[in-house]
Amino acid sequence: MNEGRREFLQMSGHLLWLTGAAALAYDYVLAGEPEAAPNYKVTEHWWAMIIDVEKCIGCGNCVRACKEENDVPREPFYFRTWVERYHLPEGDLEHPVVDSPNGGYDGFPEKYREGDGSKNFFVPKLCNQCAHSPCVQVCPVGATFESPDGTVLVDKDYCLGCRYCVQACPYGCRFIDPRTNTVDKCNLCYHRITKGLTTACCEACPTGSRQLGDLKNPKDPIHEFLRTHKVQVLKPHMATGSKAYYNGLDGSVR
Amino acid sequence: MEGLLHGVEGFMYPNEVELQWSVLIVLYPFLTGLVAGAFILASLEKVFRVEAVKPTYRLALLTALAFLLVAPLPLQLHLGHPERSLEMFVTPHTSSAMAMFGFIYVWYLMAVLVLEIWLEYRKDIVLAARASTGWKQRFYRILALGSDNLSAGALRADDTTSWVVSLVGIPSAFLLHGYVGFIFGSVKANPWWSTPLMPIVFLFSAMVSGIAIVLLLYMLATWLRGRLIDMACVDTIGRYLLYAFVIDFSLEMLDLIHRIYEADESFKTLDFMVHTRLYTLQVIIQIVLGTLVPIALLALALVVKLSDRARVGVYVVAALLTLMGIFAMRWNVVIGGQLFSKSFLGYTTYKMSFATREGLLPAIGLLLLPFAVLWGLMKLLPPWPEPRPETETIASA
Repeated sequence: MNEGRREFLQMSGHLLWLTGAAALAYDYVLAGEPEAAPNYKVTEHWWAMIIDVEKCIGCGNCVRACKEENDVPREPFYFRTWVERYHLPEGDLEHPVVDSPNGGYDGFPEKYREGDGSKNFFVPKLCNQCAHSPCVQVCPVGATFESPDGTVLVDKDYCLGCRYCVQACPYGCRFIDPRTNTVDKCNLCYHRITKGLTTACCEACPTGSRQLGDLKNPKDPIHEFLRTHKVQVLKPHMATGSKAYYNGLDGSVR
Repeated sequence: MEGLLHGVEGFMYPNEVELQWSVLIVLYPFLTGLVAGAFILASLEKVFRVEAVKPTYRLALLTALAFLLVAPLPLQLHLGHPERSLEMFVTPHTSSAMAMFGFIYVWYLMAVLVLEIWLEYRKDIVLAARASTGWKQRFYRILALGSDNLSAGALRADDTTSWVVSLVGIPSAFLLHGYVGFIFGSVKANPWWSTPLMPIVFLFSAMVSGIAIVLLLYMLATWLRGRLIDMACVDTIGRYLLYAFVIDFSLEMLDLIHRIYEADESFKTLDFMVHTRLYTLQVIIQIVLGTLVPIALLALALVVKLSDRARVGVYVVAALLTLMGIFAMRWNVVIGGQLFSKSFLGYTTYKMSFATREGLLPAIGLLLLPFAVLWGLMKLLPPWPEPRPETETIASA
């Protein structure tokens, strides 16, 4: 190979390499500084949620607070959290009658009378922050991931909008935000919990039906609760390592 | 959007009301299935030396290429952020089945299909470059990639290499489409999809659809060229279509019987769906018209002595019904898998729009596009080199 040609190839190689590096650097600059939470250490937490079904009155405060806090689209097809009403006429586990008008956002219009022999209760739902998330497993680019503190998060600047994760979630907790064409879901109000606050839904719940817990904090009352109550996760056969623990969950709930 | 709620029967989780994967995602397995099937038919001649199907060898390869070139377009159009799709190559998430798509696609396109077509056509390309002038010559020179050697040894080397590529190509074609099946079959949240049989059902249905389309295209092209159809060829293809179909149908029935017998928690919901919203598409179009009728027709052509004309008629009808049935199967898998709630308490409706990004119009366009691509490919690389004028007069006399 003659000298000129070698030089040219070397230069092109360097240019190619430098363009890539410059693009990465530019991306990094564009991404900006992450929101500061100076005292928060991801490895020192393991977040979970306790939901006490018997305490839920179906007021919809949590749904409204969540949509407000996290700027969730108001249409009835997009929810980070929602509330379902179960009605079991004959206590028949296999055939519950379930409704969730507008996800419970406006509360529930009265439909069933007490003392008619049926069983009625509300079930709040949200992302289960699974430790073995099927949604994380299928994401083709790793835009959704399990944070070391046990939350499942989404990088909106990286999401392709392929919707595979929406299909993979057994609980129906994900949706595509029509404004960004990327996926969205409950992140346990990450901007709040990393600053020592609780989630918007827990804060707004008037009966304490929902409680955020940190399983890595030995002083958190969640340990006492889990020890003294018979708790269950949704669809345990899915083996997703769900960290939304339900107290008083009826066998008909799916 | 509000109208969607009227399409809901029973209870859906609120986020489930709107379908996630549209008709474009139906096209994806349909198109890649045609690719894999056409290639496997081509390899019958190359690897297994089934000489009778030789007239369709080049056509099958070009068909596979035409459909493979179009296959990623519906996916791209469906993405919320198509401009980010290259991230799948640059930072693939290794646990994701979908992340492997780009790699399998590129492997199949470049290492198998394009290479095999090039080897098969190299002699023709070199001859075309020698015989033409001007831009045409330049074009074929580029296609020839600098090669000009047509010695007996060189042609033998082409043939041997091409045989090896075909040999690698068969498992690659299996991978290409079995993998598409895996994308659906591995979603444990969805009982309509989640079965280890899915990749293998996809594979055999791919073979069925690919063989059917090449059979159809061969008869159409021969008719358009005013030539006689090689009956030994179409009879052989018809026979292989029947064999592939019987295996495909057995697998699908095995899946069905297994579901009915096991009757797990999802069964009642899915059973109800098949008897109501999916009845026409699943039972009538996919199983009866798209499977049983073509199997019966192909078997008829095999066992009853029919005239050539009647057999051609049988093959045309059988192939058309087959393609319709396989399309319905893809539809029923992709769309059917999203019509019921994962709570097993209700159903939603798929409302296809028309002239939107994911509507019927782009879907029709994407279904027709491969045929236009194929037409172009056939102009550039004729599958049936024209005989010299003097032999042609003898042939037509």
